[in-house]
Amino acid sequence: MNIKILGALSAVALLAACSTPDATPAAPAATAAGIVPGSQEDLVANVGDRVFYDFNKSGLRADAKATLDKQAAWLAKYATNNVQIAGNCDERGTEEYNLALGNRRANAAASYLKAKGVATARMTTISYGKDRPTAQGSTEQAWAQNRNAITSVR
Amino acid sequence: MIYIPNPSVGRRRLIAGAAGLLAAAPIPVVAEAASPPASGGAGQSAVIDVDRARSEPIPIAVPDLGGPDGPSAQLGHDMASVISADLARSGLFRLINQAAFIQAGAPSAGTPNFANWKPTGAQALVTGSVQILGGGQVRVEFRLWDILPQTQIQGTAYTTTQGNWRRIAHIMADVIYERLLGEKGYFDTRIVYISATGPRDRRTKRLAIMDQDSENNRLLTDGSWLVLTPRFHPTRDEIAFMSYANNRPRVYLFNLSSGRQSLLGDFAGMTFAPRFSPDGSGVVMAVANGGGSDIVAMDLGSRSPRRLTDSGSIDVSPCFSPDGSQIAFASDRGGDQQIYVMGAGGGGAKRISFGNGRYATPVWSPRGDLIAFTRYAGDTSNFAIGVMHPDGSGERILSEGWLVEGPTFAPNGRVLMFWRETRSQDARGRGFSSRLVSVDITGFNERPVETPTDASDPAWSPLGT
Repeated sequence: MNIKILGALSAVALLAACSTPDATPAAPAATAAGIVPGSQEDLVANVGDRVFYDFNKSGLRADAKATLDKQAAWLAKYATNNVQIAGNCDERGTEEYNLALGNRRANAAASYLKAKGVATARMTTISYGKDRPTAQGSTEQAWAQNRNAITSVR
Repeated sequence: MIYIPNPSVGRRRLIAGAAGLLAAAPIPVVAEAASPPASGGAGQSAVIDVDRARSEPIPIAVPDLGGPDGPSAQLGHDMASVISADLARSGLFRLINQAAFIQAGAPSAGTPNFANWKPTGAQALVTGSVQILGGGQVRVEFRLWDILPQTQIQGTAYTTTQGNWRRIAHIMADVIYERLLGEKGYFDTRIVYISATGPRDRRTKRLAIMDQDSENNRLLTDGSWLVLTPRFHPTRDEIAFMSYANNRPRVYLFNLSSGRQSLLGDFAGMTFAPRFSPDGSGVVMAVANGGGSDIVAMDLGSRSPRRLTDSGSIDVSPCFSPDGSQIAFASDRGGDQQIYVMGAGGGGAKRISFGNGRYATPVWSPRGDLIAFTRYAGDTSNFAIGVMHPDGSGERILSEGWLVEGPTFAPNGRVLMFWRETRSQDARGRGFSSRLVSVDITGFNERPVETPTDASDPAWSPLGT
């Protein structure tokens, strides 16, 4: 089961990195030249704005840490950028518990960034529980996309 | 169904208009039954005082209430329809079809001709009249009859503003329910819930309120901010809920009379999952604390918070026992999320859920004897709504589905409402829906609760607020 999920996740991570099915405007690689360095589009296209979690977990996987390392470096480069980190959950939990789980996920990402030198004052966290799914399907693949922490420039 | 997206046009005004007039004046018994109540099977009374969980529903005839003029008679017809629908929906009454009535039209005042009603199979009969008075007032008289012993069980008159007619009909249905079943009804109640519109990834959610029979729907917020988990105050016209106003998810109070929202407490992090204490003097809720969340009680007078748990894990969804002495909550302190019960002052938390899966959203029955919950495994297997005793024994599942969540008790503890989601059939979310459902605590009589939009997070009001 775990192996199956991990397989789906790596595929999703690739998908997310290039297509970003979020409301945030996606930045296709072809137009990367038009992206303003230090902008949200830059974060999405060249760093990765989100990390993914296993079901009912908030522990950072290796792929998540790699993305957060890049985010920390990017935030060091653009030192005036403040960010919000939003924790999200899939639909296979209850609303109130998922609010807490989303908070825990956002918190895990923020703590990691802090350990990598990002000042606490530059980061806020928020949890949307299961209320802001990126993917609208009811499949393992959709759930894997929706278990995330999304960093956005504020 | 009428949408009045203006919070200031509230029910309170209607109720205020009726203040003091709702008091029921008992009508003198018009005529004693000609024969004394018979004993034995032939004279079986409609009145019972045992739990009718699985016994036959009571056959009852509710003819139109009479009226001296056209508009009054129309109102009498409408009120009888509301009463009939309430009783039928409970599953505990069987409404005799009006086509089976021997006597057409509204029965005349006074003692009914029981010979006309006995053959219909009805055990109970409702008669009454409506008269529209001047100045927007209306007088309603009704009597409840026990057909076989030929006795009047209840006689009551109400004078109120005409705009209150639905509410009076619900109150009458509650009287019928209570006199025949021996426990309070739940028809003069409202449901606060979350109305949802738009695609799943861009949902607009609004606080909404309606009567328990899905009438008088009204939106309380405009959808600018995500709102979740509304709960009724036990005595005041007030709701506790969670709002993402200004991107700061916190618990707020919503005053239904004024439409005013006020932030509850001053916390650095998210506050959520509020519930009022049974006496209404405080709120208990979850407060984010680092990666976990704690249960915090707040007195509404002093507004001083008291932390009841500090486990470092996720403690969430607190709910008082009806006597206020204990709090049930969900926690993942032992690994998976389970239900715990502790003293209302905190401490001594004991796990009570030991079945197969995770347990969430504990809500204590107003009767005190049951805790309802959501149970799930978290994957593709069904979610379930169930009840267990406060010591964790006697677990029963009442309903299952792809996603069922968030039970709330009717004020008499007899019915649960929750919401049911259907899964998306494709990547665009087609096939997804979220609707309210009610079910008897026996697990029988499950039925959809109509709402104008998708809906979730129902919370039942106390009786007669």
